[in-house]
Amino acid sequence: MKVYLDNAATTMTDPGVAKAMQPYLTQEFGNASSLHQFGREASGALDQARVAIAKKINAEPEEIIFTSGGTESDNLAIRGVAYANKNKGNHIITSTIEHPAVLNTCKQLEKEGFKISYLKVDKRGFIDFEQLKKEITDKTILVSIIHANNEIGTIQEIETIANICKEKKIVFHSDAVQSFTKVHIDVKKTKIDLISFSAHKIHGPNGIGALYLRKGTKIKKQLEGGSQEFNLRAGTEYVAGAVGFAKAVELVEDKHYSYVKQLRDQLIKGLEEIPNCQLNGPRGDSRVCNNANIIFNFIEGEAMLLRLDMKGIAVSTGSACSQRDLKPSHVLTAIGLKAAVAHGSIRFTLSRFNTTEEIDYTIKTVKEVVKALREISPLRRGYNG
Amino acid sequence: MADLYSKKVMEYFQKPKNMGEIENADGIGKVGNPTCGDMMYVYIKVTKKDDKEIISDIRVKTFGCVAAIASSSVTTELVKGKTIEEAEKISKDDVAKALGGLPPVKMHCSLLSIDALKTAINDYREKKSEG
Repeated sequence: MKVYLDNAATTMTDPGVAKAMQPYLTQEFGNASSLHQFGREASGALDQARVAIAKKINAEPEEIIFTSGGTESDNLAIRGVAYANKNKGNHIITSTIEHPAVLNTCKQLEKEGFKISYLKVDKRGFIDFEQLKKEITDKTILVSIIHANNEIGTIQEIETIANICKEKKIVFHSDAVQSFTKVHIDVKKTKIDLISFSAHKIHGPNGIGALYLRKGTKIKKQLEGGSQEFNLRAGTEYVAGAVGFAKAVELVEDKHYSYVKQLRDQLIKGLEEIPNCQLNGPRGDSRVCNNANIIFNFIEGEAMLLRLDMKGIAVSTGSACSQRDLKPSHVLTAIGLKAAVAHGSIRFTLSRFNTTEEIDYTIKTVKEVVKALREISPLRRGYNG
Repeated sequence: MADLYSKKVMEYFQKPKNMGEIENADGIGKVGNPTCGDMMYVYIKVTKKDDKEIISDIRVKTFGCVAAIASSSVTTELVKGKTIEEAEKISKDDVAKALGGLPPVKMHCSLLSIDALKTAINDYREKKSEG
């Protein structure tokens, strides 16, 4: 049995998405900037895609900028806002559990003279609103907080963060790559200024994402070139990608996610029968519906990952041993785990294409693998659970 | 990472040899690696034959990644049946070579298994001199 449980990394392209893209990869190949009929067809498809994505968050189509993906959206949002507001201030607030696309962009800005505050999180991964308020100064120009964390699934209350920022007239950005379509966002209600999205996390194609940019938000473009995407993102548009992204959004139904959540809870319940394990991140509705992140004590994540791989199950780990720099996941250390404990973490991320049988098989196999690896582990003498 | 590992590494990882403990071991070596937190416990049994001290049995317990498990496992095979002096000459490169190579970032795993072995041999010598 082959079981794919690494949907936070990437997802299977929905066959309906591939079908919708197909014409734009073949006969409908025009450049959306061209005036002739080929170009007009392409730009028409691009406009339609923009409308579909805008609709999902109740935004205006001209507030959606297509990019190459989540990383570029994060870069455009953070650098774009930072450079455009340089005369106003040089202070940015983010958190310790951001995706590297945000974290490393902030670190780069730090080298360029910006001041960055990294908000700590509690053991379930939530930021402290009082801490956020305290960090705000008259030099603060941007707050960037991840919506659903990619490792432990914590969903931040972005409404509250947005209100705090709105009151202080500070631009608020959120990386919503893992939460998009899973958690509803209505930009008419939530006063968020920029949101990063990616298509390939929701059964769309790789290489396309978007940035929601509230009308009137000051931003500086980050790629020089043509005037595509409202003169904010130069480069010939990836029309097939945009069409696929829009199709992926349209194919999502709320019932998919209640189904995924049911599978997730089945998985967590089954795995928690294993002694000496713990769930990272919150439970219930403040956890993104497709994420289970569990530490199995006395064993190491990479060994576990590859043993599961041999049995056809694909997962990921926050263990230092799986990283080229041998550093444990910054998210797991941010929630207070020691490196040795973070070693044993496994992330399972589900999708609507998973089945109950797959989850049963996964629970059974994880139990076997944990038992086998604990038998050869010196950390727990005589342990046979 | 899997494609970074040789076929041999994956074989030893999948079916590790000589894992476990030896009751009343003649020497025990417990080491941990601060770089990534791996732990290895090595147990040796030494038998005297014609004035030679031979490692007649060796077992290991490992907490660690694929490379750590494979390194400790192949080390037991390299050591078993060798004299103490021969066993001491085995280097981390011998371990890596027996595994068909290790990724550079994982070379410390082979070193750890050698450290564990040497610690067990030292423990044996100390016990012998005390006894």
